[in-house]
Formats: sequence, C-alpha cells, structure tokens
Amino acid sequence: MSQVDLPSPGLRDVPATEEPLTRKDFASDQEVRWCPGCGDYAILAAFQGFLPDLNIARENVVMISGIGCAARFPYYLDTYGMHSIHGRAPAIATGLATSRKDLSVWVITGDGDSLSIGGNHLIHALRRNVNLKILLFNNRIYGLTKGQYSPTSEPGKVTKSTPMGSLDNPFNPVSLALGAEGTFVARTIDSDRKHLTSVLSAAAAHRGTALVEIYQNCPIFNDGAFDAFKTPDTRDEAVIPLVHGERVRFGNDGEGNPTKGVVRDRVTGRLEVVDLAEVPEDDLVVHDAHDEDPATAFALSRLTDAGVLHRAPIGVFRSVSHPTYDDQAREQVETARQGTEDPTEALAGLLSAGDTWTVA
Amino acid sequence: MTKQVKQLDRVIIRFAGDSGDGMQLTGDRFTQQSASFGNDLSTLPNFPAEIRAPAGTLPGVSSFQVHFADHDILTPGDSPDVLVAMNPAALKANLQDLKKGATIIVDSHDFTGRNLAKAGYDHDPLETDELDEFAVHTVDLTSMTVEAVKEFGLSRKDAGRAKNMFALGLLSWMYGRPVDPTIAFLERRFAKVPDIRDANVTAFKAGWNFGETTETFVVQYEVKPAPMPTGRYRNITGNLALAYGLVASSVQSGLPLFLGSYPITPASDVLHELSRHKRFGVTTFQAEDEIAGIGAALGASFGGSLGVTTTSGPGVALKSETIGLGVMLELPLLVVDIQRGGPSTGLPTKTEQADLLQAMFGRNGEAPVPIVAPRSPADCFDAALEAARIAVTYRTPVMLLSDGYLANGSEPWQIPDVEQLPRIEPGFATEPNHTGEDGASTFWPYLRDEATLARPWAVPGTKGLEHRIGGLEKNDGTGNISYDPANHDFMVRTRAAKVERVAETIPPTEVDDPAGPDGQGARVLVLGWGSTYGPIGAAVRHVRNKGLKVAQAHLRHLNPFPKDLGEVLRGYDAVLVPEMNLGQLSMLLRAKFLVDVVGYNRVRGLPLRAAELAEAITDLVEAQRPDEPLTEGTQETEGIR
Repeated sequence: MSQVDLPSPGLRDVPATEEPLTRKDFASDQEVRWCPGCGDYAILAAFQGFLPDLNIARENVVMISGIGCAARFPYYLDTYGMHSIHGRAPAIATGLATSRKDLSVWVITGDGDSLSIGGNHLIHALRRNVNLKILLFNNRIYGLTKGQYSPTSEPGKVTKSTPMGSLDNPFNPVSLALGAEGTFVARTIDSDRKHLTSVLSAAAAHRGTALVEIYQNCPIFNDGAFDAFKTPDTRDEAVIPLVHGERVRFGNDGEGNPTKGVVRDRVTGRLEVVDLAEVPEDDLVVHDAHDEDPATAFALSRLTDAGVLHRAPIGVFRSVSHPTYDDQAREQVETARQGTEDPTEALAGLLSAGDTWTVA
Repeated sequence: MTKQVKQLDRVIIRFAGDSGDGMQLTGDRFTQQSASFGNDLSTLPNFPAEIRAPAGTLPGVSSFQVHFADHDILTPGDSPDVLVAMNPAALKANLQDLKKGATIIVDSHDFTGRNLAKAGYDHDPLETDELDEFAVHTVDLTSMTVEAVKEFGLSRKDAGRAKNMFALGLLSWMYGRPVDPTIAFLERRFAKVPDIRDANVTAFKAGWNFGETTETFVVQYEVKPAPMPTGRYRNITGNLALAYGLVASSVQSGLPLFLGSYPITPASDVLHELSRHKRFGVTTFQAEDEIAGIGAALGASFGGSLGVTTTSGPGVALKSETIGLGVMLELPLLVVDIQRGGPSTGLPTKTEQADLLQAMFGRNGEAPVPIVAPRSPADCFDAALEAARIAVTYRTPVMLLSDGYLANGSEPWQIPDVEQLPRIEPGFATEPNHTGEDGASTFWPYLRDEATLARPWAVPGTKGLEHRIGGLEKNDGTGNISYDPANHDFMVRTRAAKVERVAETIPPTEVDDPAGPDGQGARVLVLGWGSTYGPIGAAVRHVRNKGLKVAQAHLRHLNPFPKDLGEVLRGYDAVLVPEMNLGQLSMLLRAKFLVDVVGYNRVRGLPLRAAELAEAITDLVEAQRPDEPLTEGTQETEGIR
C-alpha cells in the first residue's frame, strides 16, 4: 500500500493496487447494451484500458452516473458504482467524495443529464472544486428518450419534439464550465483514443473537479454530428489542438504543416483565426492551461461553432490548482477533532453543557 | 415596602412585542430562569416569517409564551395569565387570547397617535374602559430603561433597546425567579461590547428593583419547584434535542455523520447546530438546493456514513425522487421533516402535521419508508436515535417527522446517561456471501438477512465486494438489472415486507387507561401522534378530573404501526384521533384496520388547545351512554361526528 509513489495529486489518498491490474479486471460480467456503433463503446474501451495505468486499488474506484445512455456506464465496470437519478450524480458524488478521501470518484453524465435537468448541480460542483471527475458524453441529442433535441443541439434542429426546428440557443459545455470557474476543463473526442486517454489521465491527476467534455456520436438519432472531426479531409481544419505551452495552430497544407493560427486582436482582445501566412509567428496565442485568469481559456472555447460543428478546440483548456472543497471540509473536521477525548465522554459532555440543574 | 406573597401552582406568561424588541430572547431567559429554579415548564415561541416586518404593525408582532408550574405540565397553555405587551400592536394581536381577569403589563411609551394607528387603533385603549375586565398595569418601560442606563452614554435608541431586559427584570421579581443565570448570560453574550453589556445588566436589575419598590405591583407570586425524578436536567428545544440525537446516533453507531441540507424554516437550526459539532466527526454540507442536500447525504451513506438531510415540507417534496432512489438502493438515510403550515410556502414559522401522507406516499411507485415522530421537544433526542436505528438496521430511508412547535418549543430534559443509550450496529459486509456455480466466491448485494430482510451494506474500498447499484429494478440476490415481471413483483413485495419487519422490533402500543385493569375500562380511546401529545395529555387529564373514563395512546411509529394497534383500536367503542391536519392518521387507520375512528382536526398553525379538545373528548365519552352496552357495529351511528 505505498501511497507515496503515486505522482498525481488527484489520487493522493487513494491506496495503490496490491497487484498489477489489466483491462480485463475492470470489465464487469454484464452484457454491454448500447446501440451498435455507439460512441460509448469506444469511450468504455478507452476507460477500461486507462484505469489500470492509474495503479490504484480497483475497490477504491467509484463510478456515479445519472440517467441517459451514458449513465449505464457504471454497470460495465467491475468497480463500485451507482446508477442514480436524472441530473443528480454530481450531488451524490460530492457527498461521497467529501466523506471518503480514499476514493477515486467519477461522474458519468450526458448533455441532457448534466446541462438540462442537472445543470444546477454541475455548476455548483465546478465552483466548489470537489475532487471528482466528470465525464460529459456530449452527443447533442436525447438518445434514451428517442431523439428529442438537447441543450447542446444546434438551433433549428428538427426532432420529434421540434418538427419546425428547435428554438433554443445551445450551451457550449466548456464555456459553461469555465464560466463556473472550473479548475480543470477539457474536451476530447470518442474516436481519438490516444487523445481521450491523455485527457482522462490529466483529469485523474487533477485535484479538484475536472470536467471532460467528450464528443460522442449517436448513430441512431444524431449520426455524424462530429464527422468534421473524424473525416480525414476535414479533420485537420476542424480540430484546433490545445497543447499547454504551444502556439495555437491547426490546418494542413498537404504536407502536415499547419496553415492557420489563433491571434488576439490588439484592440478588442478577441481571439481570431487567421492564415499563418498573414501574421508573424510571434503573434500567435500560446496556450497557457495554467493561467489563473480563465478569460483566455474562455475566449478559446468561443472558437467552437454554436451551430453545426465544423471547428472546435480540443484539449485541456484550463488546469489550475486550487484548494478543494472536500479537502478543506475534512481539514475542518480534523482540526475540530484534535484533542477530542473518547467520543462517548465527549457526548456526555455535550449533552450536559449549558445551564443545568440537579434534582436530588 | 412589604409586599404580599401569593402561592400559585402554575402561571402562563406571554411576552409580546415588535419583531425587533427581543421578545424571543426575553422569553428564553425567563424560561431558563424557571428551569434552573426547578419548575416544570413548556414554551411556545410564535413569530412572523418576516425578519423585520414593518415596526409597530400587527404582522410584526412576535411573542413567546411560557407555562411554568409546581407540577408536571404538558402544554404551553391555551390562555396566558399574564400578557406583557411592549406596544399597541402586541396588545391588540394578543388580547383575544386572554381570559377575564388576566394581568396585562403594558409599556405605555408607544401608545401615541401614530403607533396606535399602525396597530389599527383609532383611540387609545388604555384611556377607555375596554380593558376593564383585565388587571392592567401601565408602565413606561422604555423611559424608565433609558433613565436607568443613561450613565453608559448610549444613544436614546440603543438605550431604549434594553427595555426587554427591564421587563424581564420586573417579571423575574414578580415570580421570584433566580437572576444570576441571566446576568451571567448577558455578561457572556455582550462580553465584547461593554457598554451594551452593562446597559442590559443594569436595565435587568432596574426592572427587578422597580417591582420591589413601586406601589403599582403589590403582590409577588411564588410557584414552587415541581417534583421530578432525581437527575440532572437542562431545558431543551426540539431542534437542539434532535441535533443532539443525531450526534448520539453517530457516536452509538460509530458511523461518521454527514448532513446534506439546504436552509429552510423551521429546520435550519439543526444545520446550524450540527455544524458546530465537527469534533464528533460530523460533516455538514450546505448544498445548492434541497435535492443536492439529500443527494450528497445518500452519496455519503453509500460510502459508509450516516447520511442525514434536514428540511421542511416543501423540501421533502423536492427530495421525493431521491428518497425513492434510497428505497431502491436500500441504503441507510435519515430524512428529517420539521413540518410547517402548508401547502406550498404556507406558514413557514407556524406548526402543522400535514406531511404525514407525504411522508407515507409522496413518491412514485411502491416506495414504503418507515416513519418515526417525536412527541415532545425533549423526545426529539430519542426519536432521532430510533430513526437512525431503523435506517441502519434495515438499510432504508427513514422519515423523522418533527414540527415547528416541537422545533422551537422547549421543556426540561433529564440528561440521559450516555452509557445507557442503545447501540446501533452497522454490520458492514466484509466478505463474499455467495458461491457461484463455478465454485467461486462472489458478492451478491441483494442477498438478504433472514430476520430483517435487510441487504448487506458493502462500502467502496472493500476488496472483493465491488458491485453496482442503481434506480433500475434489481434482480433478487444478484442485484443485476432485471425487467422480469415475476422478479419485479417479488422485489416490490420484498421491499414492503422489509419495512413491515420493522414492527418486530418496536414495542407494543402503550395505552394509558387507568380504569382498565379492573375490566371496567374506558370506552373511548384518544390516539395521537407527534406534537399533539401535550395537548391531548392535558385534555385527557381534564376529562378524567371530571370523573369520566378515557384512555390515551400515542404513536411514535407511523409506519409500520405497532403490531397490536388494530387490536387496541378494536378494544374501544370509539377512537378519537386529534391531529393538526384534516385527518391524515385517521385515513391511515381506517384504511389499515377498518376502524371508524373519529377525527378532531384543527389547522390553525398553532398547537391544539387542550380545553377545546377536552370538550370534544367529553362529548364523545358521554355519547357512548355507558349504562347501555353497545353491540357490535353501532358505534358509528352514535352521532358524534
């Protein structure tokens, strides 16, 4: 049980595994029941493959989900898990993570679960900075209820409940999380296993609330919503990769060299996409995920299309170290407990405190 | 001058003033003084929901009633013997509760044109004959207070604010209350502001001295200590006793207490209190909403804490879905509902018992939960321990139904011996409990204990017991998702049977029927639950004092009922069920036992009046025509309703 060897702050108090674990150790005996071709399969495979690398005890991993297709996730992992009710997983996970520092707590949620019915819990988990990891599977549609538009669907979307087109302006989950001053905010794609795994690792290492938006294809009700990021012809123009410490550049000139970059307008402060040929390299924005001020990260998040997706930044937008709610809550309890005698004696003292009198 | 001393067996005083006049503090101090003097007592704070309603108006009146006696008493009393009115509105708002001959002490300072008008008077009632049937003492408390404290150089406004302590001093003199506890209290409370401290202590002493020297008051009263079982006592409110009961539940179970709560009247004091006891390993989480409060508590329960959420009726409505999840997950969870007047926002600061059916049925599907209700402020301690015992033993959400009267009312409490408190055994699962067909040991999260039907509680971090739970229907034993019709039917019945099993560990109904043993028992039973215990007990005593026979029983467990309850009900010709709702327990009793109970229902936001209830009991007893034996089936035609 060597905890000192674990490098990541996010898992600081989680016991290490006694024997090496493999992907198989994390697969439960339950048959996976998502639709054929669902992006959730790829995420599950990546997740099961990534968990052993954390080197933590399997019994100290807990998956908490709400309602929706994604929420079935915990059943397929042989860890502790709870498939709870719609939108409430962050609240349940907050209680668990606050009361148990030795657990690695993951929330699995979707765009309806976390941004519609559970929007309140999501923003409050983010502002409190509880040590839990929220994986938001964004397929931009309601799947389990068979195809109504979701709070991330593009405006005008024609669905069963919006035959003349939806009227809602969508949430950009990353912008929302940054607005709530989330300390770790990232975006990745179901189909890019390498990137997905790297973001999951960074989230696990983060101490505090981590929000990872995962673009996830629903082949039944919203097929192809993220094709721009997957098709070889369009991919390089669509994905704006965010790498800490590197200039924000993307595109492909046919020989693997970027063609576009992001610069800040000196007058308005806005970020804009420009042809690399038009600006000196030094003008390009250098991504700083550790910037205390979330303003630039927010500005980067606004480079995401609001309607049909053709372009979006992918990567870790923000990763800053702040005190966590659960650590501080436990510290208060520990401070108060110092010097407390035997609990039974302390209870006797509590009950007989204040103005008392004796009847002989 | 020498004053006359008169003996009284009990007195009811109501302190009434503007919300900002400090009447709650005044009443509370008078109560503490009476408690340490050794009287039995019962209190009724009554205040508006507004923090500071417009000064001097009727909606802004705040009052505190204290009933103290040289014998065992059960209620704060229906009608005050003494009203202390700090302004015209306080007089007007409380006058209708006084009986002829009651004493009124009025601060005449504010009886001026504008203040009279604010209270809705077009004249000065002190100048007319309308108070002639009362013993009125008109005293300019404010001016005397300002005069008494002038040496401290406070503004006139600040000086006048000590008038409540002047009034307290005067009443303390009148009833021979010990003064040291209040002086010590004021010195503690205002330790950091010496001017204010000294002004309050001086005003308090000046009030006492005024009583002793003035000719306005010629009689001092004495109410001797009440005989009580030997032991150590303190005065305690229901919310404080409830908070202590939760801490005790944590100590007695060894489970860390986790409170997830959202502020709501009249439950917030439990959150405040528990947040001060972190040294017991108590974690308090002020959530973003009611749903998150219970969600976090349930999450903590999953992790092996004693998860608790505290709220009032509107909060329970929001928590319903999570309570249902708790029923499905079969995890310990305490839901404390400090009931208030409803529906909707209703009467936030007033009391009511109208959440019983919400507690019983307010969820989708067949989702039974045990329900426990305390009967008095001090009983909130024991009721909390009992609710925790059931939650932990049976792995279920439990509703604890207190109410606004119990929450803020107080009574003397014999401090229990901690060594004698019941133990609560969490009995965590630590090993696999099933051998599969392949001979391998596995863990089945829904394999039940035969006696309790409770499922094992295996907390994350326990190696080898990894499992998934959730709101979808479970397969019996394995806990895997199951849509099998027969399994669903079985599981619905099993969850209900588990809650019914609680009845195996609750005591039989305790019936107080003094005429019972000789076979000539009462023919009428009065059955109540919750905070009506006091008024029902007082009313029953009153009826018995008239020579009539009546039996009384009070339910602590509302779901399941004690196993013998049906038999008890059928043993009487008539059963009267007084409730502060429109007949919710009555409905349950009729449905469960087919007994045609008679309801006595008042929803005035205040405790039942014992005198009125005594009349209803008397009517019912007399209607049973004791000289004519009743035959089966005739009781419902007795014309009682």
